[in-house]
Amino acid sequence: MSEDQIKKMEAERSRSLEAEFEARIARDEKIEPKDWMPEKYRQTHIRQISQHAHSEIVGMLPEGNWITRAPSLRRKVALLAKVQDEAGHGLYLYSACETLGISRDELYEQLHSGKAKYSSIFNYPTVTWADIGAIGWLVDGAAIINQVPLCNTSFGPYARAMVRVCKEESFHQRQGYEIMLKLCEGTAEQKELAQDALNRWWWPSLMMFGPTDAESTHTEQSMKWKLKRKTNDELRQQFIDQTVPQAEILGLTIPDPDLKWNEERQSYDFGEINWDEFWQVVKGHGPMNKERMKARVGAWERGEWVRDAAMAHAEKQQERKAKEAV
Amino acid sequence: MSNKKNWPLWEVFVRSKNGLEHRHFGSLHAADAEMALENARDVYTRRNEGVSIWVVESKHITASNPEHNGELFEPAKDKVYRHPTFYDLPDDVKHM
Repeated sequence: MSEDQIKKMEAERSRSLEAEFEARIARDEKIEPKDWMPEKYRQTHIRQISQHAHSEIVGMLPEGNWITRAPSLRRKVALLAKVQDEAGHGLYLYSACETLGISRDELYEQLHSGKAKYSSIFNYPTVTWADIGAIGWLVDGAAIINQVPLCNTSFGPYARAMVRVCKEESFHQRQGYEIMLKLCEGTAEQKELAQDALNRWWWPSLMMFGPTDAESTHTEQSMKWKLKRKTNDELRQQFIDQTVPQAEILGLTIPDPDLKWNEERQSYDFGEINWDEFWQVVKGHGPMNKERMKARVGAWERGEWVRDAAMAHAEKQQERKAKEAV
Repeated sequence: MSNKKNWPLWEVFVRSKNGLEHRHFGSLHAADAEMALENARDVYTRRNEGVSIWVVESKHITASNPEHNGELFEPAKDKVYRHPTFYDLPDDVKHM
């Protein structure tokens, strides 16, 4: 057989494998790590799962800022537990990502070098205690809407990790809303803090759903692979519709003069999102991008001697055991 | 980045309650078995998900190759006589 013929046969084989693969996903079958998969499926999943994991890890930083200054022991244990959950979610997701053949070290390297992205929302500062309330209520609220459909995504390890994550997120949102509720029932100054936090977190939260459908480059492929079940705009609308009544209960005003109930659509119309700001933050020019990476890389580097010492200890113990066995 | 060895990968199995089997929960990195157990407790059982944990270094697991699923699992498909419904019995026969 000539080289050309061999190439042609290989191309045909890969086409038929790909057709069978797409058919399996269409039948709602799950894909497991050792199954054959198109290279693009593997790379897209590495990108999305690792971005998700990085977001959980970097997401600990803005909230960690308030652990030592939580206003009561009750608030402090809840915030500690929440931040610990974010670490856990990052770890579930990193290990799901590693099943695709990338190492944990490579994943960290991509985050620390800036090659990999994480959710832009964490590049905003947490300047008052009310921000902790607003993050739980809005940021975790938006995250839940993004994540629930992923419990059914086609890649088995990702779907299983997401089931665990979603189970734990609902406490996060409720603890945030409770913080807002208490502030709103408090003094005029406390309520003002809550309103100020909503003013600053509302628009970045809407941006968490990503660019509009018209601008989104990955939507079609991601829908096919069930990495997405609804479009960015549909999810954003769902978030707005469920959050506006929650703001009303708090007695707070959503900072959008164009927000209006649309009787015909049975949904809220809302104002224009500042996409220039969104892209600026994505490109690294948000208020806290540099600070977040500095904190993350610093923690990793300062921990290096601990990791090395633990490994050296484990090896020494193993050698000792081997000698004793002789 | 460190030139030294990275912490190996471990697979975590958790028994949710006595009477049930250990089930695969996920994986994690740890320097040794003891640390793997401690990390597994923090990562996978923060809400009373388990009463017992097993950890095993991932490299010790031998897995079947999905490409061989045909020869491994298909022979069982045409052996219907291994199932009770294969046998024709009159309706009058009770308790069987």
